[in-house]
Amino acid sequence: MDIAAQSIEGGFVDPVFDAQTVFRTVMDAMARPGSVQPLPAFARPPAPLSATAGAIALALCDNDTPLWLDPALQASTAIKSWLGFHTGVPLANTPADAHFALIATPAEMMALDGFSQGTQDYPDRSTTLILQVGDLVSGSPLLLEGPGIETSATIAPAQMPRHFVEQWKQNIKRFPRGVDIILATADGIACLPRTTRIKTMEA
Amino acid sequence: MRGQEARDQAERKAAMSTLAQSSGDDIVRLWNEAGLPSDAELLRGPETGLVTLRGRIGGGGAPFNVGEATVTRATVRLPSGQVGHSYALGRDKQKAMLAAIADALWQDPGRRAEVETGLIVPLRSALTTAQEKRRAETAATKVDFFTMVRGED
Amino acid sequence: MYVAVKGGEAAIANAHSLLADRRRGDRSVPALRLDQIVEQLALGVDRVMSEGSLYDRELAALAIAQARGDLIEAIFLVRAYRTTLPRFGYTKPIDTDNMLVERRVSATYKDLPGGQLLGPTFDYTHRLLDPELAAGGDVAEPLQRETEAQAMPRVSAILAREGLIEPDGEMPQDHIPGDITREPLEFPMARDIRLQALSRGDEGFLLALGYSTQRGYARNHPFVGEIRIGEVELELDVPELPFAVPLGTVRVTECQMVNQFKGSAKAPPQFTRGYGLVFGQSERKAMAMALCDRALRATELGEDVTAAAQDEEFVISHSDNVQATGFVEHLKLPHYVDFQAELDLVRRMRAEYDARENPVKAEEKREAAE
Repeated sequence: MDIAAQSIEGGFVDPVFDAQTVFRTVMDAMARPGSVQPLPAFARPPAPLSATAGAIALALCDNDTPLWLDPALQASTAIKSWLGFHTGVPLANTPADAHFALIATPAEMMALDGFSQGTQDYPDRSTTLILQVGDLVSGSPLLLEGPGIETSATIAPAQMPRHFVEQWKQNIKRFPRGVDIILATADGIACLPRTTRIKTMEA
Repeated sequence: MRGQEARDQAERKAAMSTLAQSSGDDIVRLWNEAGLPSDAELLRGPETGLVTLRGRIGGGGAPFNVGEATVTRATVRLPSGQVGHSYALGRDKQKAMLAAIADALWQDPGRRAEVETGLIVPLRSALTTAQEKRRAETAATKVDFFTMVRGED
Repeated sequence: MYVAVKGGEAAIANAHSLLADRRRGDRSVPALRLDQIVEQLALGVDRVMSEGSLYDRELAALAIAQARGDLIEAIFLVRAYRTTLPRFGYTKPIDTDNMLVERRVSATYKDLPGGQLLGPTFDYTHRLLDPELAAGGDVAEPLQRETEAQAMPRVSAILAREGLIEPDGEMPQDHIPGDITREPLEFPMARDIRLQALSRGDEGFLLALGYSTQRGYARNHPFVGEIRIGEVELELDVPELPFAVPLGTVRVTECQMVNQFKGSAKAPPQFTRGYGLVFGQSERKAMAMALCDRALRATELGEDVTAAAQDEEFVISHSDNVQATGFVEHLKLPHYVDFQAELDLVRRMRAEYDARENPVKAEEKREAAE
């Protein structure tokens, strides 16, 4: 299949209801950090962008939300034109300009503080990061506490960024500024909003 | 080869321009008269949204945003595989559908002539006639200055 | 304490159905169709498109009908509607040099390339009410005159040849045009953002301010370099096509105001400019916009800011009639609790005043009350 065909295939079949379903799933996952919300494949983006991350991009991105792609995604013309055709999203010049960022290989990603942190007046202007992870059970366990979690929750996302727990501590210190993270596996998502604290677990 | 590609692009754009400027009623009428096929798979739309119009400061300077306009667009694929797009001011979804199909048919070398003669050429000639009429009506309001004879001679 | 009260639901529903009835009026008179409004009240439609900041004739006509001809209400309806639509992008800047011109006049040059074209103007009419129009008689077709298509360069380009006029307004190379529909207003603001605000600004407000500059409040010696009205084609860059896609044509009015300028510490003596660009046929608005644009450049050109029309925060903060009508008209909504507090306060102050100014009378009053 050529790039032109790849870029127009695989969008939402029912744009209104599919976008609403994905949005609802993201909202629930953000409201209950660490809970795993199932998300069936609503989109078929070109590889290596995953179906889940692609569907989230279709639901959240538009002409007004500059998007940053990590080098693995940036290298694919098909992905850029797929996102362009279906959402009209412009690519951000730098991570600090991005409203959203799609990360296909979180283990190699740049530091969290390189993305937009928002301002004291407008903390909502920070980057929301969408990380493609293999699963939420095989990595180092993260014990989560904070708003939206009754006592504690645990997830163990695979292939997370280096020194993630330390980086997350710094992210919390910047509150109300700071990034929020959506972790996307092949069939579900979990979220880490900036209010969630990670208790390190002894291995 | 490159020259041919550039010419094709210019012609395709000209056809899209004609479709965008023509009324939905005219397109439907000519479509039926020419017996063009309207089988196509919808890939996107038809959907209505906004574009923000830009002008230039002083007419030729830096761009600024003037205001918005409604635009309706569609993307379709023919059974033969060609993908067509349409964009036009306004909210006419049927027009957007047909214009996208016309764009797809236009890209099929076997159908291009049919689309041009049955649809694009008559639409373009109607637009040109209307423009010429408007130009001539405006020209009738042109001021012809004449100088009054002064002094003695 | 804040007390919430509830009520009036039936009254509101009945008021709205009464509104629908009064809007329709006498049923023996045929109902207006939208195409009649589009065709025959075209300049009202243009004003709603321009200040509603949405180019769509049928929607503007619907808004006018729904608002019973109240144009500011119609503008409000259009503004509300536009928030429901997604945005596909920003067009390429329109090229007014390449316009299908329907009117073009210059007050600075008699003979200019392309000539003076009066077009469908109210100028030179005698402003006498026309009984024939009331009788609804037939209207003759307009005359036509054969002509060759002629280039019509903007007047500013003609003056530029002598080097006596400033160039078209430039912004720094990497400047991205600001957008007041996306970012809150911040002062001082760049000229591109001011122009966006002025283009959707209230015609009456800008007209009055423009007039004030002519009467000496920020006098800037304006001449109409050129007004042109006509259709321009729009193009949009989209990711799926290798060329900018044509969208069709829109009618706009452009005004180039040319201002004598004796020079300042920042600029030599030359002609400076104000620019107006609005949707539809609306030269009064385009002229007022150009006058205000020039007046608001006072700081940039090293002039003293002495008048209202030069005060950016004053002009731009108050030019939007949807904001203005919202704040003014909210005063008629219930303020019962606020007013009770004020009433208490005024009573207390009056009692203190009386006690001070007229102790005997105040005592009598107190006794009478007891």
